[in-house]
Amino acid sequence: MLKHRVIPALLLRDGGLVKTRQFKNAKYVGDPINAIRIFNDKEVDELMVLDIVASKRGQEPDYEAIELFAGECFMPLCYGGGVRTLEQAAKIFDLGVEKISLQSSALTDVELVSAIAKRFGSQSVVVSVDVKYNWLKRPHLYQSSNGRLLKKNWIAFAQEAVAAGAGEILINAVDRDGEMCGYDIGLIKQAANAVSVPVIALGGARNLQDFKHAVDAGASAVAAGAMFVFHGPHRAVLITYPPYAELEKHLDIKHD
Amino acid sequence: MISILDYGAGNTNSVIRMIERAGGQAQRISTIDEILAAQKLIIPGVGAFDYGMTQLSTKGLIDTLNIVAFEKPIPILGICLGMQLMCCSSEEGTVPGLSWIAANVSRFTTTQINDLRIPHMGWNTLKIVKENPLLPLEDTEKRFYFVHSYKVNCDNPNDPIAITHYGEDFVAAFQHNNLIGVQFHPEKSHRFGMDLIRRFVEFNLA
Repeated sequence: MLKHRVIPALLLRDGGLVKTRQFKNAKYVGDPINAIRIFNDKEVDELMVLDIVASKRGQEPDYEAIELFAGECFMPLCYGGGVRTLEQAAKIFDLGVEKISLQSSALTDVELVSAIAKRFGSQSVVVSVDVKYNWLKRPHLYQSSNGRLLKKNWIAFAQEAVAAGAGEILINAVDRDGEMCGYDIGLIKQAANAVSVPVIALGGARNLQDFKHAVDAGASAVAAGAMFVFHGPHRAVLITYPPYAELEKHLDIKHD
Repeated sequence: MISILDYGAGNTNSVIRMIERAGGQAQRISTIDEILAAQKLIIPGVGAFDYGMTQLSTKGLIDTLNIVAFEKPIPILGICLGMQLMCCSSEEGTVPGLSWIAANVSRFTTTQINDLRIPHMGWNTLKIVKENPLLPLEDTEKRFYFVHSYKVNCDNPNDPIAITHYGEDFVAAFQHNNLIGVQFHPEKSHRFGMDLIRRFVEFNLA
């Protein structure tokens, strides 16, 4: 039986680890290497590290930092942020990273998804579908690099990404980012029905029950940020990850 | 010293790091002379079957690999695509494999019926079905990281050493004398993978 993956999603800005709310108000939460070491010791299923400013500023990925991260990860590592070319992707894989998450560049150049999938396999490309609601409460594709809601249908984009070769779709609910109010179950259901590849849920997790809800809605994996870096109502920084037995208990599998 | 074959289709760095962490020594190799000098070899691999085989053949490595596999012979561990390349053929492509193991590689077939997604991606457990140097029979609680869309089918019932279930049973690991293959990624499987790698570091042919 396959275990559903539980993935800490860490955000980087200028070399530091931060946590946002609704993609804004990044709060410094510590040194990324220290956090990654703790997550490695806690034997997390997988780790995701996303540089939230590289694309916005048109910067190169921070290869030195990525190599250090990969050296601490004895589990799969996914990196995202500022990857625009196949050459950059190749360099990152060579540093010891298993997966690259594309968002901005997949929106403008779905060919990049194909190029990476063809060369490194679909399992190495995650496409992040960031969804934000407009004032009419309709879900829209969100481009975080310029803060715009796009006209393109978010489900159609997810399907295009999969057709281009994406091996996983990360559904990132922007309005729930850092809010710890539960996942957007509707989005997860729609995404899981619309694509045949694994769907990773992100945005809103606060407890193990939320993981279970996301998995029941069709998520193959659940990711969380705030839940793993904050503790208590005052959001004190504390790196945590549930013991494996706890996860197993809450994420008992529907099918085998 | 374990030599990790860099043939342009695998993440050699992660494997080297895990060997070092497990207390062994590792080096990245890519030439014929280096393969001939290797005492132990790991063939990692990520990506498509034909791409992997084509890389081996355009680099002119296949004859040399056959020598170290059968004439010398040295312990060889294939990981993921590396395991699949040891087989005769794959549904994923048209190029023949190394044909070291009487086995073929096919796509998962029952996943649609069971509403399972491809690739099989994530942590799964093993059923150890035969005594072997890398996976102790009593270790049933270990979990390993898998990511693959194709699976190995062994012709010889004595070759599989571990079975995993994903919609159907498939060969998670095989051994034929000095040749061992694992479908999962020990280099990305925490202490469970480290233990397997440590056993490979200590493994010597009788």
